[in-house]
Amino acid sequence: MKLKQLEGLLGSLQQFSNPKVELEQYPTGPHIASRLLYMAENTFGGISGKVVADFGCGCGTLGIASALLGAEHVIGIDVDSQSLEIASKNAADLELDIDFIWCDIKNLGWRDQSVNTVVMNPPFGTRKKGSDMEFLSIALKVASGAVYSLHKTTTRDHIKRTALRDCSAKSAEVLCEV
Amino acid sequence: MRLLTHNMLSCNIKGVSNGFPLRLEAEKWVEKEVELNADFLRGIFPKIEWKALAGAARAIGYDQLPDEADASMLDSDDFLRRFHHALLELHVEEGALVCPETGRRFPINKGIPNMLLHEDEV
Repeated sequence: MKLKQLEGLLGSLQQFSNPKVELEQYPTGPHIASRLLYMAENTFGGISGKVVADFGCGCGTLGIASALLGAEHVIGIDVDSQSLEIASKNAADLELDIDFIWCDIKNLGWRDQSVNTVVMNPPFGTRKKGSDMEFLSIALKVASGAVYSLHKTTTRDHIKRTALRDCSAKSAEVLCEV
Repeated sequence: MRLLTHNMLSCNIKGVSNGFPLRLEAEKWVEKEVELNADFLRGIFPKIEWKALAGAARAIGYDQLPDEADASMLDSDDFLRRFHHALLELHVEEGALVCPETGRRFPINKGIPNMLLHEDEV
């Protein structure tokens, strides 16, 4: 699938009607979502034929992009049932099979390394301090391969350091600065 | 919810020492055909808890999986077809996941399991 086509499909998805500020809900734009997944697949081979999880999936943008790029199985997790309803509808509209789970990411019991790749646009921690690192440390435990995550520019060094030191990440790279 | 997802989930209630596998109660399910990817099946086989998969499939009425499986079976097209069918083509729409230790039920509605924990379970 061409990048422009992917971006177009993601742009047609329904988004939050009443975003909940306390959950830091906001859509992942089609421009950044398509480029993130395109890079994950074309540079690193992390999507097609793989099991991919989207943490804090919201309306499903990143998980749907993963499915469109050929992920074998996609799981989207979110704490907000209204978002999951929208995400389900978005997936169904594109005839994609995505499993959604309604839960708080830090309370979900996974077997370690059960998924290949995690993609996410987690809360930045502006409402609940430390949310971003919480999501990241769980993602690093659950993924056998890579975690692709969006974070605030000002936290760049802190995240790299913490991922390497505390979360046993083998490497931490900034792939793109926006 | 596919059985591949069921195979990864466990109960995370405080104090529970072995919350895997969750028992599957399936009230409504659908079958959706999807293309078989042999490389994917061979790659994921080592990560699958086979007894949990076979048990969950039986709960949905699919009893075509052997009770035990080893990697040599992956050479058989017939085995791959059954494995593929159970793992990816059966979708639970309504039902529940039940913690093997506490009996706590996590309902499944419209294919989505509700795994939210209550305050006293965290």
